[in-house]
Amino acid sequence: MTTTVTPAARPATGHTPGSRPRRAVRLSRAVLGRQPIGLLFGAPYALFVAVLFAYPLGLAVWMSFRRYYFTAPGVEVARPFVGLDNYRAVLTDPAVRRSFVNIGLFLVINVPLTVVLALLLATALNAAIPFRSFFRVSYYVPYVTASVAMVGVWLSLFGSGGLVNRLLGSLAPDPSWLINAHWAMPSIALFVTWKQLGFFILLYLAALQNVHKELYEAAEMDGANRWQSFRAVTVPGVRPATTLVTILAIITGANLFTEPYLLTGGGGPNGASASPVLIMYQRGIEQNHPDVASAIGVILVLGVLVVAAVQRLVERD
Amino acid sequence: MTTDDGRAAAREPHPAARWLRLAPLVAGAVLFLFPFYYMVSGSLQTRQDTSLNGVLPHPGNLTLHNYREIGTALNLGRTLVNSGIFTGGVLLATVVFGVLAGYALAQLRFRGRGVLFATMLLLQTIPFQLLIVPLYVLIVRSYGLGDSYLGMIAPFAINSTAVFVFRQYFLQIPAELFDAARIDGASEFRILRSVAIPLVRPALLTAMLLTFIGPWNEFLWPFLVTKQEQMQPLAVALASYISTVAAAATNPIGAILAGACVLAAPAVALFVAFQRHFVSTDLGSGVKG
Repeated sequence: MTTTVTPAARPATGHTPGSRPRRAVRLSRAVLGRQPIGLLFGAPYALFVAVLFAYPLGLAVWMSFRRYYFTAPGVEVARPFVGLDNYRAVLTDPAVRRSFVNIGLFLVINVPLTVVLALLLATALNAAIPFRSFFRVSYYVPYVTASVAMVGVWLSLFGSGGLVNRLLGSLAPDPSWLINAHWAMPSIALFVTWKQLGFFILLYLAALQNVHKELYEAAEMDGANRWQSFRAVTVPGVRPATTLVTILAIITGANLFTEPYLLTGGGGPNGASASPVLIMYQRGIEQNHPDVASAIGVILVLGVLVVAAVQRLVERD
Repeated sequence: MTTDDGRAAAREPHPAARWLRLAPLVAGAVLFLFPFYYMVSGSLQTRQDTSLNGVLPHPGNLTLHNYREIGTALNLGRTLVNSGIFTGGVLLATVVFGVLAGYALAQLRFRGRGVLFATMLLLQTIPFQLLIVPLYVLIVRSYGLGDSYLGMIAPFAINSTAVFVFRQYFLQIPAELFDAARIDGASEFRILRSVAIPLVRPALLTAMLLTFIGPWNEFLWPFLVTKQEQMQPLAVALASYISTVAAAATNPIGAILAGACVLAAPAVALFVAFQRHFVSTDLGSGVKG
């Protein structure tokens, strides 16, 4: 999609030739490009990226190798280099380990469920059906709604005396979903799948527009039924989207905070649903160990990159 | 646009089969919409009725009391103003600076363009949450911007996805249009204002809708930045109500659900009103690269 216009196709810039010495113009073009005003237009965004993204990212890595704690404003303290101490502290911390296991469980439930449901619903939505806009809207409404608001509803639905348990009767888990060590994390995974699915359905809908109709016709001529042509044409046809959906779902999982904080009351019971970001918040900001928290963050990002790379490799084969 | 002539239509001889195909979609829609229905009906109940019977509204059990309860408990007006300023600031910065950057990335040739574009793509893959600790150190500790709107807005100020959507739309305008204006002696700023922006109005709307839900729904960052209740956006105030205060109310779940309705209403209303514009291709162009 990144079509670029060939420079040859464009005439000179807005400056009327001769309004400046020609050499100066040529020099400025060589250094700044054909339309230096672009630098000015792009500057605020570039500054934003540098100050509020690149610099904090660097600071996070730097802090993870130092001893760092909050001080009163204006107080200068030494931030000695401590090598891998923070990383050692993180990796030997049972709460952190638990949170990474939790997020693994989360991804094992969330990612396949998201991919399968989003693709099936997008395929169904892509056919000629009545009330299309109604269905589309109902699928993405949870996505546009605040997690905090939806958490309120789930607390009520999945509480001990909530509607879900009333329906299940004696089949209801005891203790109830969100305060049950076995069910807390799967409940969060289901909540997030439900909440985010609409966005992934939209991505698949976009991808489905790029699958050639002729392939379906060819499959039909070969006598394939609907399921067979879904397997043989649709699934391979949207493979790039599947990669994207998987990676975005993994990133969403790595970002998990609001749900364990509110839905299961701070990662409870007993850390069974704590996420790495929740532990980062507790260690870094509540307990004044931003250096350790940064190390968790760096490990988390490396983890995301590794999982994404492995996932890509597997998909290639 | 998603094509309305479904490719399956030709193979669909039987109307009954068509309706059968709708079954999973209907089941899905019920699953997606029921919590919203439950949110509204629960917010209107005097006593919380969690039985199956309580799913249907009962005239004797209807009240607006929960809204009054949450309204006074949270200082609802104030938190809505805070949410509005937070979201409005992000929208304003994204529209002004994002359009400038998107236009430059699409139509202007200048040094550093490739780097800026590559950084923008990279930005979309880094989990924002990783940055919360250093951002907290910088914004709250170093610059003393805790409990300020500026501190709340800064990390979200320019939505990179919106910049991407702007760029994709500006790319679709033929370069000849701009060249013609340039030959007429129009400045780049003039061209952007009078030629480019009028042509990409739909993109502006899509990008603003996408940008809106970010700060309006955001919890973690404003939660870290605001310690004073006076400064908290609604999402933060409601979250702290859920985790601490709710137990004191006569019908805590009712009050929580009333707050949830107020928080959800603006985003849902905007998306339902403009759903036509929020179609897959806009997002697709935003992610296909």
